[in-house]
Amino acid sequence: MIRALLPPAVGLAASPLLFAVINRTKAFFAGRRGPPLLQPYFDLWKLLQKGATYSRTTTWVFRAGPVVGLACSATALLLLPWGNLPALVAFPGDFVLFAYLLSVGRFFTVLAALDTGSSFEGMGASREVFFSALSEPALFLGLAAVAVRTRTLCLSEMVGAISPSAWAAEGPSLVLVCAALFAVLLAENARIPVDDPTTHLELTMIHEVMVLDHSGPDLAFIQWGAAVKLWLFGSLLVGLAVPVRTGDAWLDGAAFAAGMLAVAVLVGVVESCMARVRLVRVPVLILGAAALTVVALVLVVR
Amino acid sequence: MGNLIDGVTALLLITNLMLLGSSFLSSCIRIVALQGVAVGLLPILMHERGPLWRPLLLGVAVMILKGGVFPFVLSRAMREADVRREVEPFVGATLSIVCGVLALMLSMWLAARLGLSAIAPGTLIVPAGLATMLIGLFVIASRRKAVTQVLGYIVMENGIFALGVALAGGIPLLVELGILLDAFVAVFIMSIATYHINREFDHIDVDQLNKLKG
Repeated sequence: MIRALLPPAVGLAASPLLFAVINRTKAFFAGRRGPPLLQPYFDLWKLLQKGATYSRTTTWVFRAGPVVGLACSATALLLLPWGNLPALVAFPGDFVLFAYLLSVGRFFTVLAALDTGSSFEGMGASREVFFSALSEPALFLGLAAVAVRTRTLCLSEMVGAISPSAWAAEGPSLVLVCAALFAVLLAENARIPVDDPTTHLELTMIHEVMVLDHSGPDLAFIQWGAAVKLWLFGSLLVGLAVPVRTGDAWLDGAAFAAGMLAVAVLVGVVESCMARVRLVRVPVLILGAAALTVVALVLVVR
Repeated sequence: MGNLIDGVTALLLITNLMLLGSSFLSSCIRIVALQGVAVGLLPILMHERGPLWRPLLLGVAVMILKGGVFPFVLSRAMREADVRREVEPFVGATLSIVCGVLALMLSMWLAARLGLSAIAPGTLIVPAGLATMLIGLFVIASRRKAVTQVLGYIVMENGIFALGVALAGGIPLLVELGILLDAFVAVFIMSIATYHINREFDHIDVDQLNKLKG
């Protein structure tokens, strides 16, 4: 029980570190020293100290948005296995719940954005929903390819069944699934090349638009929720891409941590080396990822 | 070996989809060059019996021609025509990728239906070859610029080549090399024609060539 509680607890606590690593990587590429590794925690702490400002036009939906978002991400953490350490909640078909928990979180973020009555936020919400609708097939088809390979519908068993021998047997299709999942990670977490988390240019913002009106603790919840979401997709990717299943908890944990670090560095490298694609090209990018998963599925099914 | 063949097959399919998704002619040419190299690896990997030098010669010839000569000739044609992008193709990039996936499914069904998968068991080369042919045809039909249409022709030829490698390992080397020479001459002539079309009409939009009919 204690062991099964460990992954969600670590995920909740360590997820802001991913942002710090990404920022440090970007700073390295820009020739700067970058913020300290604990900066996201300082930011969260500062925001939690502040009071929140609410517009008179908003209702309880606006106040519920950030809380539900963080709660959904945290609940999804319970479904995610850590190497061959099964998740706290595991049942056949749990990856559907995993995907839709994140969708519920997004739904409430979108509702909160619409609740402000600002047309600008509505535009951002529309874009966010459009792109997430496109990335959903990529996620599901990728997981379907893994499910066919491992003959199980349970996320814990799927990730647990990935081993060096599985990689040797189905290497090409697993590479495709991992590449597609990485694209989904970038799209879902509003990173470059899909969205720029640091931009404040109205015409091109997607995710940041929706959270403009939140302040204080609400903003802290949103940022924490975003960090947990990045952790979720990162650990799913690491679970599939790093086939270290020795059974030794320390060794597996070290491999997992190294994998997460690599994912964060990779995101930072992508953000440093790539420009944002134009808004009209984003669907091509995400659909390309979905097409990769179709190829992977074809390779697995034959 | 099976894994390597799978990897090359996947590369074949991915380059197809990438070609459908990209609009810059220079990246399209690079993608097709990569596909040419992947196709050139196939006869070497699929080789089972007989002397190795035959598939090796064929593969290296294919790689040099499709990975080196064709891209060179086509980038030259592209530079001289001064077109860099496929502006407004008849079918947009997003829909093209969906069509590509549909073509892949169609060719899976077709290969199973025709009983072709028994010929190269354990590999996906037959459906991948069929899909490559279909997508090449689709590129020819859905793009405006002459250079992209030449690329579609090369992709179609790649598909036929992959099918040929899978279906009949025993095609005489001379025949394969002859087909390769034909493809080379065709691409060469097409790029010269592109050059002349551009010099005469200041563009290489194929749909506008309809107006030339008397």
